[in-house]
Amino acid sequence: MNIAKYNFAYLDEQTKRMIRRAILKAIAVPGYQVPFASREMPMPYGWGTGGVQVTASIIGPNDVLKVIDQGADDTTNAVSIRAFFAKVAQVEVTTHTEEATIIQTRHRIPEAKLTEGQVLVYQVPIPEPLRFLEPRETETRKMHALEEYGLMHVKLYEDIAKHGRIATTYAYPVKVEGRYVMDPSPTPKFDNPKMHMSEALQLFGAGREKRIYAVPPYTEVVSLDFEDHPFEIQHFEEPCALCGATGVYLDEVILDDKGGHMFVCSDTDNCEDRREHGHRGKLAGHALEAAE
Amino acid sequence: MDTTIEGGFADLVLGAQSVFRAVMEALARPGSVQSIASDALPPAPLAPELGAVALTLCDHDTLVWLDPVLAANEAVVAWLAFHCGAPLTSDIGAAAFALVSDVALLPALDRFGQGTDEYPDRSTTVVLAVGAGTRAVTLKGPGIKDQFSTELPLPGGDFIEQWAENRTRFPRGVDLLLVRSGTVVGLPRTTRISEA
Repeated sequence: MNIAKYNFAYLDEQTKRMIRRAILKAIAVPGYQVPFASREMPMPYGWGTGGVQVTASIIGPNDVLKVIDQGADDTTNAVSIRAFFAKVAQVEVTTHTEEATIIQTRHRIPEAKLTEGQVLVYQVPIPEPLRFLEPRETETRKMHALEEYGLMHVKLYEDIAKHGRIATTYAYPVKVEGRYVMDPSPTPKFDNPKMHMSEALQLFGAGREKRIYAVPPYTEVVSLDFEDHPFEIQHFEEPCALCGATGVYLDEVILDDKGGHMFVCSDTDNCEDRREHGHRGKLAGHALEAAE
Repeated sequence: MDTTIEGGFADLVLGAQSVFRAVMEALARPGSVQSIASDALPPAPLAPELGAVALTLCDHDTLVWLDPVLAANEAVVAWLAFHCGAPLTSDIGAAAFALVSDVALLPALDRFGQGTDEYPDRSTTVVLAVGAGTRAVTLKGPGIKDQFSTELPLPGGDFIEQWAENRTRFPRGVDLLLVRSGTVVGLPRTTRISEA
């Protein structure tokens, strides 16, 4: 029986052309938010409709797709988006960072260094870094046009006045190529330095807010700070409890109701890979069985 | 063969996808030569690569400007109308895309749409078919590690000065795609060019 099929990668061709044009402009003006006619997707806003539309517009049959949600390959959002593209684009999917040509991410950058052949697609909830300081789009657009970013520094200064330090820990604003202030999406500020001079192309899609922006490879991405309060990333006191990694981003996992907890890698692929190579943390237990 | 309805992508979907990825890589890595694997065969003098880019990016939402030679060619206009459905314009500053079949026909860059400070994306993307001659240049800017010395099929004359002016208008300005014999080279408005 002949049943109706979706177009390759779900979106119709006119929609893809529209998104592709927006992506090209975004690459040409790094950090600038290009408006686009975001479509309804078969998933609710907040589940990565922007990232999914960007991925659907660039993906081809030879791509290998990885999807992560807070660094994990095995959480609901990641699993369902991976399954979506396996079904509508029949592409190969993977959980291994180095095998992927397109990595769609919700709020983390993989620990493994990305390379020239890769594209990182971010799912972005609020693309406008000035939105909570100035709710009017007409005004924020003017502020970007005039490069008027004093308000953002006032916000960071107020952090210091209140808390004695810059208390922003995620969605930490960056300046791209010395021109546009950009929201790096709600990644922990730990990941900000990885955006700077990245070998991989970085594309950002905000579905509900209808914006696409980009950071080309080898582009300057500087986290905003002050001379006497320089930008700092998070540091963790203990290594990953499973793989013993240090210098990676860790999640706290509550173990019982008596205050027991452990810190484990947020990047599950990195953690599994380390354990397969024999690295053991203090709570690793028995050796991990080889992946089937 | 009917030159109007023949000559599109054999595979509409994957043809456009592969050309787009080449163009995206070209703009993300300025100066790199990306190959366009396309079976698009538009009527001359519309180069196959110009036709492929038009099929990939132009449709009823985009105003297209054609150089005077292309605009006067009925077969080319009919082919673009049939395959892209893009409205043509003679107002060069309003065009989203400009297709230029010969460097001699390239207007001054500041005549194209530059976008506005608030909407720098509303500018013209110029797709230019270039010849065999190349110039030794050094490129700098986003997408380029340190700097990149290469030979590029750039237009002659005062092009490099014009491009420097284009760069000073940032974030406004035009983006340029140079196409020839199955390849595309991208020059986004952020790229700085100096003669090596």
